[in-house]
Formats: sequence, structure tokens, C-alpha cells
Amino acid sequence: MASMATTALDSLPAPLRSLRLKTKQQELLLRVSALALIYVLAFAVRLFSVLRYESMIHEFDPYFNYRTTLFLSDNGFSEFWNWFDSESWYPLGRVVGGTLFPGLMVTAALLHRLLRALSLAVHIREVCVLTAPFFAANTTLVAYAFGREIWDSGAGLVAAALIAIVPGYISRSVAGSYDNEGVAIFALLLTFYLFVRAVNTGSLAWALASAFGYFYMVSAWGGYVFIINLVPLYVFVLLVTGRYSQRLYVAYNCMYVLGMLLAMQIRFVGFQHVQSGEHMAAMGVFFLLQVFFFLDWVKYLLNDARLFKSFLRITLTCVFTVGTLALGIGTASGYISPWTGRFYSLLDPTYAKDHIPIIASVSEHQPTAWSSFMFDFHILLFLFPAGLYFCFKRLSDATIFVVMYGLTSMYFAGVMVRLILVAAPAVCLISAIAASATIKNLTTLIRTNSRSPQTTSGKTIGSKAAARGAIDQSLPFQHNAAIALLLGAFYLLSRYAIHCTWVTSEAYSSPSIVLAARGHNGGRVIFDDYREAYYWLRQNTPPDAKIMSWWDYGYQITAMGNRTVIVDNNTWNNTHIATVGRAMSSYEDEAYEIMQSLDVNYVLVVFGGVTGYSSDDINKFLWMVRIGGGVFPVIKEPDYLVNGEYRIDKGAAPKMLNCLMYKLCYYRFGELTTEYGKPPGYDRVRGVEIGNKDIKLEYLEEAFTTSNWIVRIYKVKPPKNRS
Amino acid sequence: MPPPLPTLAIPTLFLILIASAVSCSSLPPEDGIRIVSAEKRIDLTAPIVKVFLTLKVENAPTANDDASQVLLAFTPTEAQHLSIVKATRAEGKRKNKSYVPLPVEASDLDTTAPNGARLYSVLLSSPLKPGEATTLQVLYVLTHSLEPFPAEVSQSEPELVYYRDSAVLLSPYHVLEQVTYIKMPSNRIESFTRVDPTSRAGTEVKYGTYHNQMPSSYLPILVHYENNRPFAVVEELVRKVEISHWGNIQITEQYKLKHGGARHKGVFSRLEYQSRPSISGASSFKNLLARLPPRVHSVYYRDEIGNISSSHLRTDSHKSELEIEPRYPLFGGWHCTFTIGYGLPLQDFVFESVDGRRYINLTFGCPLLDTVVDDLTIKVVLPEGSKNPQPVAPFVTEKHLETSYLYLDVVGRPTVVLKKKNVVGEHNVPFQVYYEFNPIFMMAEPSMLISAALLFFIACIAYLHMDLSIGKSS
Repeated sequence: MASMATTALDSLPAPLRSLRLKTKQQELLLRVSALALIYVLAFAVRLFSVLRYESMIHEFDPYFNYRTTLFLSDNGFSEFWNWFDSESWYPLGRVVGGTLFPGLMVTAALLHRLLRALSLAVHIREVCVLTAPFFAANTTLVAYAFGREIWDSGAGLVAAALIAIVPGYISRSVAGSYDNEGVAIFALLLTFYLFVRAVNTGSLAWALASAFGYFYMVSAWGGYVFIINLVPLYVFVLLVTGRYSQRLYVAYNCMYVLGMLLAMQIRFVGFQHVQSGEHMAAMGVFFLLQVFFFLDWVKYLLNDARLFKSFLRITLTCVFTVGTLALGIGTASGYISPWTGRFYSLLDPTYAKDHIPIIASVSEHQPTAWSSFMFDFHILLFLFPAGLYFCFKRLSDATIFVVMYGLTSMYFAGVMVRLILVAAPAVCLISAIAASATIKNLTTLIRTNSRSPQTTSGKTIGSKAAARGAIDQSLPFQHNAAIALLLGAFYLLSRYAIHCTWVTSEAYSSPSIVLAARGHNGGRVIFDDYREAYYWLRQNTPPDAKIMSWWDYGYQITAMGNRTVIVDNNTWNNTHIATVGRAMSSYEDEAYEIMQSLDVNYVLVVFGGVTGYSSDDINKFLWMVRIGGGVFPVIKEPDYLVNGEYRIDKGAAPKMLNCLMYKLCYYRFGELTTEYGKPPGYDRVRGVEIGNKDIKLEYLEEAFTTSNWIVRIYKVKPPKNRS
Repeated sequence: MPPPLPTLAIPTLFLILIASAVSCSSLPPEDGIRIVSAEKRIDLTAPIVKVFLTLKVENAPTANDDASQVLLAFTPTEAQHLSIVKATRAEGKRKNKSYVPLPVEASDLDTTAPNGARLYSVLLSSPLKPGEATTLQVLYVLTHSLEPFPAEVSQSEPELVYYRDSAVLLSPYHVLEQVTYIKMPSNRIESFTRVDPTSRAGTEVKYGTYHNQMPSSYLPILVHYENNRPFAVVEELVRKVEISHWGNIQITEQYKLKHGGARHKGVFSRLEYQSRPSISGASSFKNLLARLPPRVHSVYYRDEIGNISSSHLRTDSHKSELEIEPRYPLFGGWHCTFTIGYGLPLQDFVFESVDGRRYINLTFGCPLLDTVVDDLTIKVVLPEGSKNPQPVAPFVTEKHLETSYLYLDVVGRPTVVLKKKNVVGEHNVPFQVYYEFNPIFMMAEPSMLISAALLFFIACIAYLHMDLSIGKSS
């Protein structure tokens, strides 16, 4: 692509020609400026949310990350590492330092410190908000290098451009989406790139670099399990296909051993690399590689095919037996932990639904619909198979890696919506190969056609293409067809750019804390109820107040409301969450006992019946029942349903109409007219009139309701005096 | 935190004062000043109490000396809540009457006043000769002087407050004739102490006329009435003014706001609040008005967790008005913190004085209307490289110097910090900070950036022209 500009420069006037750069320099200049533009683009396209709304942290988990980053930058690393957070999971607390991936927080805190050292007076919040776009921009550089490694620099540039705006990645890396994935995708791609580079060169330095890349990835995101399974799988495939080489041996051993040792430094990961079933594949392949090397060596020493064959048989049997025995004993003795539910649910999409309702209840853990593939990848979905074709056509260690990465991640993307993110770089890389190779072929066709009358064949590409052009000369309309195809390709790519911009601005740039809607007169109406409620909690409740809410809002309450919560988005203790679920689905007096035992001072519910905000607690309520019922069999899902139907109107189940959640959401709602022409107490989300309008609260009292009723906070009354 | 009203201390104090009125110990043996007639008008319509005194002062013909000052007396409680005292003197005859402001300062004669009464002296511009008389207008403002009773109200109840004062003027002088008016915001007056002659007309209660009061007379009165005006109290306000000689003044104001009225008790029902706005939450308030200078730009209104979307800015050529709504309506005892920031054009506020120094001329006090600021800090961050900062304020403030570091600062910016407690709207008067500044310092930061970019490019060029590999590449 870059060489196209050389022709344009040929026709410069004489005085300017002296300033002309050499072709290599021109190419470098073009490449650097294109990359710089892509870098800026990747950053800028993620700023929609800041322009539309404000510089703020989005969603749920990022609030926890933000809070921990604040803690880190205020108290220093060792305090952070040993942090026991008593503000969440009351009364259990949470060992934060040992239960999180610190990579993101450390990165942001370091960036903040660096900026401070350069005496740029920025707030840590701005650093956090812009961390994800910054790393997304860095990812484009890695994608470029990766593309160059597996194909050529043209493909690298296209990959960088594609990944800069691919919606699947943008969805998790817009400004304000301060989540682990923001830096993890960068780390993931970097590790893969460095590893492929190590395999290609056999250099210990690159392998070492990839081990450090892996360390960063482990420190940043639980998705590192993908690396530690994909890389051994790749090595295994290379072994099976007879592509074993010394380079591979050096790369994998160095990367695995060092990466494992480094990863053990992360407290949350600890000894999992040697103790957990999910990491055993890597260890198995590690030993397999040693056996392979050993056999290779023996083969070289023996120099006798028959003798070696019997030796091979004996060795393999021994190794297999020892390996199986070790694994069996390890698993049986409990030294090696079995696969976790999350891992199972990846391999078997139906597993979570039956066994772990808490995973199944999260919308981003649902299997992906076809439409969201189309939405997140657009034309890449068609370019992907084409790219695979090109990869297979020019098979090398590097292309095998990227093909495997693409296929496995595509499978996982199909299992879980949020894993589209992991697939996005692979899809971009493979599509970039397709796009770049196609365009290159087409342009060389056109150029050789137009050049054929001339005799300038001194150019590097020209000579090669001229030779090919001479062969293809026989095809009719070749030139025109090539131009048409080229235009088509540009049309597709421009559609892609338009689609990505549109998706970013419309779908992925909403902070979900602030809700915006169109008013009657077309103006924008802002519902800022969440922050209204959290700020009220922060300012007007005792500093040691305990707030009970469904776990979705836990992180936000602790970060924005600065109050202690019972459960939060960490979901590490299913029983505790089930207790809250049970309280929410019990009658008020039973719930009061549970709340008393948990020292709850305030109860917070989210209710969308007035505004029509559909992801509220009434719609999540069945999950509370299911999760609560999973631990406490007194809670039975059928009690809340009428003939298997979830209803809140007059025909609803009596238990439903009198459970705590229903009462708290609809308290005094029956007196409110929400929509013209509808009876009072008309729920705009469910589209029905509520069934219980006369709600009396005995043990709780309304403490605060936000201006659009989205968040309602109730105060738990102190127990009555015994008389 | 404002000190809670010393409810217990007040009755004791009264007893002492009453005792003092009886025993009538004499005040400083000041020359023969007498107050011929005094009128005290107490304005209780707002949470801030304003008292207007009109005193006709006479130096007795028998006096030996000219009188150069007139003393005003305040009870210790009043003195504690006293925000500002201003005095003017009427000069000239009826037609061309003019009021000349007089300096007022805390007197050092306190030790001689009975029962801890605090004295303030009004320094007369021209001494009062024996036998001469003059008229003084005095305004003083008391904050936190209304005590909510009941101390807790529910959402549907109005707010009732107590106000305590004396029916007669507390003065170190003989008062020949005196009258007190108390103006209340509404007709709803629960009770008021009667000290005959006392009369009530609509929203006003009149005490007096009293004749021939001895020095230090004190007749305690108590008024109990309805006051639903917003009791907006800014517990702490930090105003930071950053001057950039590139043309902008950036002001950041951090507020810690509290509803200082009767505490809210029980439930807060949004339904009641929305459907019956007139009776529900009568004492609460949901918006405040800030008066900002004209030509204000880049205004923002946010708090620790982000932008607050409910604010309106109205600008015209004379002033800008920013109407802000906190995230939630404030009921008694509720808190809320927020930050307002805005930019102002440099040329409107920074000038060059005749001696070559520069000075910034800004308004002291708080831009929010009708609020009390318990604790005000103004930080004027001068540009890097300025020298000899010198604040000039029209009243006593606590001041010191700091250094703050902002964008690309190397040596830091000299910062003048002014602090004052108990600030009200009457304090919104201009103050100045003088400093020396050499414009060459304006170029420091741009040249740093330019040289950094230059170095980067040189490094790039050098890298591309160097072969750093150890072995010879084949």
C-alpha cells in the first residue's frame, strides 16, 4: 500500500525532486504517519462518551477498580497489597489485595504518578477514565507489529486500522470503561506477539519479553487462562504437525517457566499454575516438550531407527503412565483443584444455567446472538474466513498461531457475549491479512497493466508484479475487474468505518450510570438518579451505615456512596448473596430478622416503574429468588409465579405481592399516576397496573426516593423496646 | 461545623444579665456621651439576622473633652455570632444629607465592661464637641442566631424558630428614648415576650418607647415564629483563583453546604414532595442562586462523583447568574458538597498599578446569595515567577503564603491565602492582591514544551542514523 505513493512523487517538478526522499524513507515516513494517525484515531474514537456525557467512570466493576486505584494512589502499594476492606461483604469483609488483579490499578497509579512527576496537575479520575483508550491506542501498535510478524507490514497497518475501531473491542475500552479488559487486551496481544516473535526467531530475549508480557496479563485479568491454554495447545499442534524446532523449544520453555514464576507473584493467582486443573495443560505440554527434546537427542545419539523405535515405545509408555498417575493422584488428593464452574461454563454453555445461577444471571455471560456478532464485527465476519484461506495458503508457525487463536477465540465468543472482546484482535488480524493481500494483489494487477507499455521495471515490486502480470495478461477485462473489485473493497472498508463510528457513538458510549432519553420536545432528558441516591447516602447517612441491596449495585454504593455494603459485584460468597436474595424475597417480618442479623441500616432498591427503565430490581427479582432458593430451600421459585408466569398485577402470586422487594419497589406507588389515561399505580416497564396498592411497611420506613423514583432507599427501624 | 446554639448557656446568661441590669454596674467612665434617641430595627425575615440601629448621640454640654468614638455593646453570645458591624454618620442638613462610612473596630475596653459584654467602637471622623449631637446609622449582622424549635420537624411541618434579644438597647451610655421593631417573615408568630409597652402590627412587633434607660440595661425577650426561608449554611468554602497571564482567570469554589434549620425527622416521601409542593417540605430548598461576574465562561458545577446536570446560567452585560440545584432537595440537617468553577477574562480583573506592580481586584465573600459562610478560604494563585505578593482587604483576615504546583511548574506558584470566619453577603466587597510580575516568565512553559518536542525529534533523527547493533549485519 505504501509504495503507491512513490508513483505520485515521480512527477514532481525539478526543484522539489532534490528534496525527494529515498523510497525506503518515503515508505517509513508513510508508515509512521499512518500509524500515528491510527494511534490518534483509536484514542479519539473512544472519547464519544466524554463528549456526550462527561469524564466519568462507567458501569459497575469499573467503580471498584476506581476505588481501589484511589486507595492505591493515596496509601501506597504495600498498604494496597495488604488491604482488608471492611466496607464490603459486611460482616465478612474482603481481602482486597489478595482477591483482585492489580495490573490495572497499578498501571493507572503509575501513569498518574508519571504525569504528576511531569508536573501535570491531573486528577486520578481523569487518568482512570482515559486508561482504556490509551491502552487501546497502544494495542494498535502491537497489532501492527503482530501483523508484520505474521504477514507483512501492509497487513500490519491494516490490522492496526481495523483494531482501532472494531466495535467488539471498543465496547470494553471507551473512555470511562475502567475495567481490567481495557489493559488486558493489550497485554494479551502483546504476549502473543512476543511469543510468536520468539518462536520465529528462537531468541531468548523475545521469549523473556513474552514471559513479562504474560506476567502483565496475569496481573491484569483472569482471562490469562486463555493464554496459558492456547499457547500449549499451539505448541502441541506444532509438535503433532511435525513443526517442532529448537526455536519452539526455547520460546515455550522460557516463556512457560518464567511466566509461571512471575505469575505466582500475583497473590490472587498464587500457586494455581501448579495446582489448578485449568493450568495443567501447560504443564503437560512443558513435560511433553522435554520428552520430545530428549527423544530427539537420543535419536541423534543412537542413529539406529529400529533401536530408537523400541526406545520410543518404552519412553512414551513410561511418560504416559507417570503423567496419568501424577495427575490422578494430584486430583484425588485434592492437590490439583478440579476445573472451576466458570471454566466449565466456557466449555459447555449450558452448564452455568443448571449449576451456577449467579453466573447465568449476568447478561454478559449469555451465549452470543448472531446479531451481536454482526454488530461487533461487521465486514470482518466475512473477511475472517478469507483471511483463514490466505493463512492456510501461506502456512508458517506464525500463521498457524493466529489461525488457532482466531478459531478458539471465535468459539469462546460464541459461548459468552463478553468474550467477543478476546476474539476481536484475532478477527482483526486475520481479516487484515485478507484485506491487505486482496488489495495488494489487485493494485499490483492494475499497476502492471498500466505500466506494461512503459519499460520502467527497475522498482522492486514492479519487476515481480510485471512477471506475474505477463502470465495473467491473457484474462479479459482484467484491469477493469480489478478496479471494480478494488472499489468494492474500499466501499466495504468505508462501510466498516461508518458502522464502527455509529456503533461507538450510539451503543457503546453510554455510561449506564446516567440515563438519557428523548423528551417530548426532542430535547435530551437526563436521569441522574443513581448518583443522586449514592450522593445522598454519602452525605446524609452515618458513616458506618450498612446498606443492603442486590449485588449489582454493591461496587457503586461503596465507590460513590462510600458506605458499607452486604454484597457486591465480586460475588465470591454465594451464601451471602443468597441470604440477601432470601431477605428480598421473604415477607417483611422474616426479612427484618435477616436484616437485623446482618446489621442492615438501609435497604436500596432500583425501580423503573415510573420512568420505564427496564433493568430494575423487579425484573431481576426471579434471579434473587433462584439464587436465594439455591441455598435456602424455603424460597421456592413457583411461589412467586402463577402458572409459570411472572406477574405483578392483581393476578400475581400472593407471596410475590407481599415479599419485601415488591413492597419496597411499589411502596406508595399506587397513589402515583405515571401515564396519562392510565390508572394510578401503572407500572410503565411491565405495562400493568400493580396488584398491591395498599402497602404498609412495619419495620422499614422510606428514607429517600430519587426524583424519578429509580432508586428508593429505606431505613430499617431499630427494634422495638421490649415492654 | 458551626457551634450548636448554646441552649443551656443562654438562660444562665440571661440571669446574669438581668442581675447586671439591676445592679447596674457602671461602664467605662466615658465622657458624657448620651444617646438621645435610639431606634433598633431587627430584621428576622431571613436566616441571617440584620439589625439596624439609628442612634442620635450627644456629647453632654457638661463634658470636658471632645468625644472621638462611640461605643456599641454586644452580649457575648451576640459577639460570637456577630459577622459584621458597619456604621455611617449622617452629615449635612436635610437637603444635602450624606452618609459617611465610619471605621468600626473591636474595642480594647472589654475588660471594663460588665458580664463579658463586648464593646465595639465607632471612630468618629470629626470629634464631637461638648454639646454637639450627631446621628449614627449602624448595621450589624448576626448569623446562627435563630434557634429552631422544635429542633426536629417532619416533612409536612413548617419550621419555627426562637430569636432572643433585648427589648432595650444594650449600651454603655444612658439612653433617653428608645424603640425596638422586630420584623418577621410571616403573620405566623407563635409567641413573643411582652415588655410593656409592646404592640404587634401584622408581621411586626414593636417594643417601646422606653425612656431613660440606665447604661447596660437589658430586658430579655424571646420571639417564636415561623421561618421557612432556606437556612443555607456553607460550612466551608474554599475559593481558588488561578491567574494566567495568557488571558484567563480560573476560579474554583468548593462548597460544603448544609441546611442549618430544624433537623428533618422521619420519612422523606417523594410522592408527598412532588404532589403537594406547597405544604410538603416547606422549609427545604432545592436550588440556590450564585451571582457571578459578567463575561464568565466555561462554568461547571460538579461534585466528587461527577457532573451535576441541574444548573442554569443566565448572563447579561452586568452580571451572570448561575442557578444551581443540588442533587437532592436539602432538608434540615442534610449536607451536600459541590464545586463550582468558571473562567473570567484577565483584563477585567488584573490591572497594572501606577508603581508598575500588578494587582488583581476581586470580590471577597461568597457568590451564593443569602448564605452564611462559616469558614471562608480564598487562595489567590499568582503566576509562576511573580514576587512580593501583598493582599489588601477591607477587613481583618487571617493571611499567609503558600506555594502551589500546577501544570508544568518548576518553582511553584506563590499563593496568597486569606481566611475569614462567619462571612455574609455584606462581605462581598472588592479586595486586591498586589504582586510583581515579569512577562518573560510567560514564555517559560511554552519554551519548555517546544524544547521537549525538539529533543524528541532530534532523538528520532539520531536513532535513525545510528547503527546500534553489535555484530555486523550480513
